[in-house]
Parts: sequence; C-alpha cells; structure tokens
Amino acid sequence: MTVKDWFEQRKEMQIARRAKETQIDDSIGKLWVKCYNCNSQLLRKDVEENLDVCPKCHYHFRINARTRINQLFDEGTFNELFSNITTADPLEFVDTEPYKKRIVQAKAKTNLNEAVIAGTGEIGGNLVSAAVMDFEFMGGSMGSVVGEKVTLAMEEALKRKIPMIAVTASGGARMQESILSLMQMAKTSCAVAKLNEAGLLYITVLTEPTFGGVTASFATLGDIIIAEQDARIGFAGRRVIEQTIRQSLPADFQTANYLMKYGQIDMISSRAELKSTLTKLLNLHKR
Amino acid sequence: MTILEFEKPLYEIQEKIQELKKISESSGMDVSKQIENFEKQALEYKKEVYANLTPSQRLQIARHSDRPNFLDYVKLITTDFIELHGDREGTDDRAIIGGIAKIDNQSVVIIGTQKGKTTKENLVYNFGMPQPQGYRKALRLFYHANKFNMPIVTLIDTPGAYPGMKAEETAQGTAIAVNLREMAKLNVPIIAVITGEGCSGGALGLAVADRVYMLEHAYYTVISPEGCASILWRDASKADVAAKALKITSEDLLNLQVIDGIIKEPLGGAHCDYELAASELKKTIINSINELKEIKSDKLRDERYNKFRRMGVFCQ
Repeated sequence: MTVKDWFEQRKEMQIARRAKETQIDDSIGKLWVKCYNCNSQLLRKDVEENLDVCPKCHYHFRINARTRINQLFDEGTFNELFSNITTADPLEFVDTEPYKKRIVQAKAKTNLNEAVIAGTGEIGGNLVSAAVMDFEFMGGSMGSVVGEKVTLAMEEALKRKIPMIAVTASGGARMQESILSLMQMAKTSCAVAKLNEAGLLYITVLTEPTFGGVTASFATLGDIIIAEQDARIGFAGRRVIEQTIRQSLPADFQTANYLMKYGQIDMISSRAELKSTLTKLLNLHKR
Repeated sequence: MTILEFEKPLYEIQEKIQELKKISESSGMDVSKQIENFEKQALEYKKEVYANLTPSQRLQIARHSDRPNFLDYVKLITTDFIELHGDREGTDDRAIIGGIAKIDNQSVVIIGTQKGKTTKENLVYNFGMPQPQGYRKALRLFYHANKFNMPIVTLIDTPGAYPGMKAEETAQGTAIAVNLREMAKLNVPIIAVITGEGCSGGALGLAVADRVYMLEHAYYTVISPEGCASILWRDASKADVAAKALKITSEDLLNLQVIDGIIKEPLGGAHCDYELAASELKKTIINSINELKEIKSDKLRDERYNKFRRMGVFCQ
C-alpha cells in the first residue's frame, strides 16, 4: 500500500463513518447515547428533550418522520392520509435480496409502511398539507408509493387551497423500481407546476440527507427552500464525484452552509427554530 | 469500425466470404453458389443474434461509438437547422445542443444531448453529460418554442447529468427539477426520443413529453447498470445482472407503459445504416407532430399531466 493509498483509504473510512454519525449511536444502552460529532456521552433523555440535537455541540441528529411531525405540527392536529397506499414489486426485483423482503424488513424496522408520511395538520395555527420523508425506510428512497403520496399531498393542497410543505430525507430514487422510480420525479414535479399555477405556497425543508432524484425533483422546487442545520444536500454522491473528477472535495462540500454560499437555498434553520420559521412564513403569505 | 464481442462470429463468416471471393477471382473457380449460401447463412445468423440480444448486449449497441449522434440525426431529418447557443448566464454547455429547424416543412425547436465519436470530440461534448447550464439552455429554448408556437423535439443519448464539483455548486439537481416542472407548463407539443443512453434524471430533464419513444436498442433507466451493481450488489462487475433486473430495454419500457412506442432500427443497430435509422425516426416524429398539433393547448397540457400522473405501480 502506498502512502497515497493509505490516505485515500483513511478518507473513505472517515466519510463512511460520517454517514453513520448522523444517527445517534445507541450501542451504549437505553439510558446513554454518544454523539459521534463531539464524542460526548449524553443522557438519552437530555438529547430527546433537546429535539435530538446534541446539547453539547448542537449537532443535529437524523430524526424519523413521526418525530419530525410531532416537532412541527400543533399537538393533535396532524391527520395522516393515504396510508392505504403500499408498495408493490412491479419488476419482481431481486438483488442480493428480493425487494419484497427488503420492504418487509423496512416495515418492521420503522413501523411505517413506506418512506413518506402524508397528511394535513396545523403549524402555528396554519392548516397545511404535508409530506414528510423518513430516511430509515430504505434510505428514504423514492419509488412509486413515495411519488404517489407526495403527489396526492400536493393535490390535497390544491383541493383545499392550502399551502404545501415537503420535508425531505432521501438517498434518491429507489433502484428496485427502476424506471418507475424515475417517473416519480416527473410526476411530483408536474404536481408542483399545478401548485404554481394555482398560486399556492410550497415550502420545502431539506434535511439530512437529500440527494439524487429527490433533489432533482420536488425538493428543490419550493417557493421557499429551507435547509435544516447539518443537512447534506446534493445531486450526485460525494464518492461518485470524487471518482469522476479524480480530486478530493472540500470538507464542507454539499453541506447546508455550502449550498447557502452558492445561492441554492433561502435559509438554514436550526431544528429548534424550524417550527417558528415555518409559522412566520405561513403567516406572511396569508391572504 | 468497432466490432462488439457478440458480433465476432458474424464478422468471421464475412471474412470467410471475402476470402472465398478472392480465391475464386485468382483461380477462376466458380464459387458463387457457395458464396450465396454463406451470405444467406450470415444474414440468418445476424437476424438470430439480434432477435435474442441480452440487456447487456443491447447496452453495448446503445453505447456503440459509431452510433449516430444528435448532430447526425439533425443533418438527416431536418433542413435549415440553425443552432442557438448559450444559457444567457455565462455558459454554452456543449453536451446539450439546440436550435430551430424544419422537419417536413414544420418549424420545430430541436434539442438533444450530443456525444462525440472520438475521444477528442467527446472532450468537447463532455461525453454527452450535461452541466446544469445545459439544462438551462434547453429551458430557454423550450420557452422560445412556447412563445413562437413551435413543437419541441428532444433527442436523448446521455450516460447522465455530469457529476462534478462545479455542477453541484451551480445546482445540477435544481436545473433538472425546474425543467421537469416547466415542461409540464408548456403549451406546445413535446416529443422526446431516447436514441441511445437514457440514463437517470439527466435524460428525464429533457423528456417530460407528450410522446416518448425509444429507438429499438436504446435503454432508459433510473441508474446505470454499473452504478446499480456497485450499490446494490457492491460489485460493479455484476452490471449484466443489474441490467437485466432493472428492465431497461425498449420492450420492457413499452410493457411498463412508460414509453409510447419503439422506433425500429436497421438490422445490426442504427450505426449500420444511418439513413434508414434516421428515416424511421423522422417518420415517427412527423406522425406525432401531426397528431399533437390538432390538440388544443389546454387539453395537451392536461393530457401530459395525466400521462405522468398515472405512472407508478402500487397496492391500494
């Protein structure tokens, strides 16, 4: 192994570790958790009370869709819709495991039936239609069900003439549904066109991570685009780019701050401020 | 000319035929019967091979370095082509080329991804991988078509949108997303044809169309089989398995109701006969334009919306 190889390998390991870091490590036990960012031992209760943000370094851990909904919506107002829509396996796809099996596993792991929850609810007293993605369900990948539920949520906004909020967390399109997943990009983006034509407010909240086909469709089409602090957002993955251009990328590449610097998002919000930011924006757009 | 692995036996037969011809010429022996026989066999063999191509063999045809590219088709199916350059924001991406031309007396805006046939050309066209600025140039030309009521024809042959640092900094994802959304709003007929590689969002960014066709040996997929193999199988060499699983051929996509039709290619692939390939393509485009021109713009847009709205398979 050359010195260069060693550095390359070390960097790859660091990136791989960082991919895991965004989740709270609960290997220590039920009571204690560890922040990978600052290595602090933390009481789980303290972290949870702090909206899953490290009380020491303010690193924002990834959260699931249910937690997100609880944090954003006024208590008891969220009404889940379209949960009857579930995954089919149109291509009968098998990689190292059958797609059907992966779906069963993802359902068991997350207690969700797909990678998005759609519904209506109130944010600071404003009724909105919403789609909230969950990265824990097959990397938040967008297949037919995600595309359909996001579109239905937009159509619900159209029907009721209310704003639409999308909270994204996704590795991109779901490969196991191949071309049908790609078509969900077109479907959801066409639905955004309808929101535009109806003059309805559409806000997107990009959370850790938002990539690929979701970035290249409804995620970046918000009238207002908010990135949550510590989110990484991009089209192509870091490794793919490094392999293509054969040079290493800056450490802050594809972070929320990086996107802000390049004018791709309107603002970065901490998790603590997200609800009040959304409320303010919704109030400002009230007719 | 590049000879593909599975075509080698075919070329061996043809070499034999040439040898026979030479022998007969020098010795004066009449072997025309034998030659005729061999040629018949060669044709039969070719037909058989091309009727039973595996997805990975078709991938090789779709990526053939001699395959006609965008500018070849423009030359063969249009007249009076005038290229319109630039995104008006500082860049003229060469991976996407567009302009105005006539197809059978109808003015159209024609846009496509351009690949080179040599390394030198490919460096100019970035191997057909557009930057965000390419999609923005296409968008500007879409608006031009909309303003002057011209149908839009897009020809797509791309391994994907370019994954680069500058592409990310200038918002590759947003550029594609905006095209998807804006294509839904256009009042003019849009016809998209996947002529070679139709890879991922980079292809879709030009393909939210009223009619979507594929050339017989083109492929259209959410991710390249190589990319899929290295992610799902953690082994890029499993690309042929992934190619099969991803269902990327024109027949697969017609069955999945993602495309509206398949444009036949000459035996052996479009690179074997540019004129024949182009004439089939031209026929399909003209028929579609004539059909779509009759539809009022409101209805056209609604039907385009519904076309993509229906896509996807799930349980309810």
